[in-house]
Amino acid sequence: MRIRLLFAKTEAMRFTGHLDLFRAIERMIRRSRLPLAYSQGFKPHPRINLASALPLGFTSDAEMADIWLQEEIPVELIQRALQDAAPPGILIHSCFPAAPQASSLQADLVACDYLVTLLEPIPNLESKVDAILAASELPRQRRNKSYDLRPLIEQLQVLSPSQAGFARLYMRLAAREGATGRPEEVVAELGGDTLAARYHRLRLVFSSPVTSN
Amino acid sequence: MIRSEDGPTLQTPQDISNHLERILPRVEKPGRYTGGELNQIVKDWQAVKTRVALVFPDLYDLGMSNLGLAILYDQINQREDALAERAYSPWVDMEAAMRQAGIPLYSLETKHPLASFDIIGISLPYETLYTNTLNILDLSGIPVFSSQRSQSDPLVIAGGHATYNPEPMHAFIDAFVIGEGEEVIHEIIERHQAWKASGAERSELLRSLSHIWGVYVPSLYEARYEPDGVFSHIVKLVDDAPLPVVKRIVSRLPPPPTNFIVPYIETVHNRIPIEIMRGCTRGCRFCHAGMITRPVRERSVSEIIAAIETALEKTGYEEVGLLSLSSSDYTHILELVTAVSERYAGKNLNVSLPSLRIESFSVDLMDALIDSRRSGFTLAPEAATERMREIINKPVSTQQLLDTAREIYSRGWLHIKLYFMIGHPSETVEDVQAIADLCKAVLAEGRKVIGKRASVTAGVSTFIPKPHTPFQWVPCDTVEQIRAKQDLLRKALRGNGLKLNWVRPEDSLLEAWLSRGDRRLANVIYHAWQLGARFDAWGDQMKFDAWIQAFKEQGIDPGFYSHRERPIDETFPWEHISTSVRKKFLTEDYLWSRQGKTRIDCRERCFACGILPTFAEIRRANPGEVWQCPEVKSRRIPIRDLQSPELALPMVEN
Repeated sequence: MRIRLLFAKTEAMRFTGHLDLFRAIERMIRRSRLPLAYSQGFKPHPRINLASALPLGFTSDAEMADIWLQEEIPVELIQRALQDAAPPGILIHSCFPAAPQASSLQADLVACDYLVTLLEPIPNLESKVDAILAASELPRQRRNKSYDLRPLIEQLQVLSPSQAGFARLYMRLAAREGATGRPEEVVAELGGDTLAARYHRLRLVFSSPVTSN
Repeated sequence: MIRSEDGPTLQTPQDISNHLERILPRVEKPGRYTGGELNQIVKDWQAVKTRVALVFPDLYDLGMSNLGLAILYDQINQREDALAERAYSPWVDMEAAMRQAGIPLYSLETKHPLASFDIIGISLPYETLYTNTLNILDLSGIPVFSSQRSQSDPLVIAGGHATYNPEPMHAFIDAFVIGEGEEVIHEIIERHQAWKASGAERSELLRSLSHIWGVYVPSLYEARYEPDGVFSHIVKLVDDAPLPVVKRIVSRLPPPPTNFIVPYIETVHNRIPIEIMRGCTRGCRFCHAGMITRPVRERSVSEIIAAIETALEKTGYEEVGLLSLSSSDYTHILELVTAVSERYAGKNLNVSLPSLRIESFSVDLMDALIDSRRSGFTLAPEAATERMREIINKPVSTQQLLDTAREIYSRGWLHIKLYFMIGHPSETVEDVQAIADLCKAVLAEGRKVIGKRASVTAGVSTFIPKPHTPFQWVPCDTVEQIRAKQDLLRKALRGNGLKLNWVRPEDSLLEAWLSRGDRRLANVIYHAWQLGARFDAWGDQMKFDAWIQAFKEQGIDPGFYSHRERPIDETFPWEHISTSVRKKFLTEDYLWSRQGKTRIDCRERCFACGILPTFAEIRRANPGEVWQCPEVKSRRIPIRDLQSPELALPMVEN
């Protein structure tokens, strides 16, 4: 059966990369004793599909994965088993059964929402945000490739400061095949130090509902 | 210059955490420095009497696979009155960032600076960790020289295979644990608690520790040298210091740890390690581990299976390593392999079984263990001619090796890895050429069975005569000799399906100096570290020039340690450390090797190496097959004296 998993990736696993997160989920399922399905072949792989790679250093409230089990099990039992087996750094929000023929999470993903906390203040933040929103294009270079950041920014706004007094930004960035916005790039465009910021994913936005039956 | 000018300034976990927030996003693989993994143990700092920092002086990525530290972590944290936390060497980028920000080395669990622990326990399984050890102490704000530590500094202890010759590190370590740590760590903690409560001088703690079986406190001794520079003897500075210091053993292996910490990032052996047996009965003459870990003690099949089961539940790992020095020699190996393969068939669990003998039975064992993944099969003939294998006492015929190889290829493996060493005593060009010829012969067997898909990798390291082995008298090859042999192999092992790996001669020589050194090497290590040497086990970091310069500054010729053939009556600087394998046995075995005489497996015939006389009482209290040494029933030890070994003992002659 195919199970859709909603989970948070928290502080303890902030520096665990995409492949290592995949490993951690596999081990969590193995500890839960749920019958995880494996691919056939010379080197069997666990059947786990992550919706979207979360960059190193980011935390998230809204990660999603599809996992395949070898047999049908009531979804409440699955959820409880995974909650009990989760390592520090993974918090299981909920589980849903997914239709076997449903398209992949990656294919349906269109955007992501982020909360960015700036550990170093950016002078004139409000006006810089306005300037970005008013721009028709924002040419940038990333890994020696030129691209336009502007169409990838769907929403951008300054929030009230955090309890510790750090400025905060909300942004919705495109996350489609070949068109993925990175929040660090927005911080860089604002003139901030990309490494002096905390990045937290709030939501994955899909083209159609992915958690209903 | 490595040392920061100001030294560490931050002292509280909160300060350290706050600064890490800014640093971690800027370094490579920050997941090495955060802790917080599944199964880490965090105790209330204030609620315990003794806080121990367990240190592996290399990267987290390597240290997390160290079974010795996992055992100690488990042992200490089981105590209510103590806690153990972990620390590793930061990589060069992180070290620079920490020094710049004034962050001292801290524990992963609670971010306490290492200097605030009571005891720093350092694992030294190999010698190229020495400069990292100094660096770790410095990065912790702890004086690197033992003599400069004050009442408030932590006690610095070290153990592991390299410390069977503790002398090169004598100036930096307060107390060494020689041998097995499971029981002695508790005695050290208890003595430390008593000392702490007494408020006595630091020297009293060291003296008290020296009375524990297996503990060596180097500051209670002094080394004497002959006028020509050769080591003469060691003298005690206090009457009650033990001489020799006899290694610690446990009478039976305690239950294996199962609650392994599961890293969030990839590490070298990311799996459950279960030690099935300690020690080895084979007696390969080059093998340090085989000499120092005697006697052989085994765990029962049921204990191993139960441990695997518990560890899988707690970790979710997809791989188990069944560890020992010679898996084929574990008494119930077939029963164990059958039980494991039946229980975990179809569960996507990889089981590794290293160190198998060169015989078709090994192929049967691997066949039973592995469902589908048949990438490589490793064999370690160590030498390529029968003559040479007799000299090193690893007698196996070339025909048997080829038969085993054919069997491996015909059962579905495509790749065979063969381990050899160059530089064995009395090695000739023909012996080296034979390595290439043997690899080609193995490949030819593979071609017969599976055609072009067959391949062979030769892993050729350089022999280093290690202390406490029958080859401790042997000189090392020079850099030029090693180069010439490696050149020969590189030329000869060309072609499809053949691959050669080798060790840089400089790396081997450094290991030789550090493993064979005496107390005079301490200053060389210190100066090499000051000149920037660290991560000596990393090819891209090792600074050979710094070492050469450090030797020069100290007026010591490194060849004195590595290239001098020792007279048979030379006293070694490590002789006051007793592995309980007697020098008489090692001498005889060395002389036998020169005659090409081999010894059979000592389970078939006890050769009175010295273990049984030393530990007769323990053996008597632990009868049966827990030990592989003969049983001791009477007060007298039923072993013939070795006055005349030629007459007394059976042997296999060539």
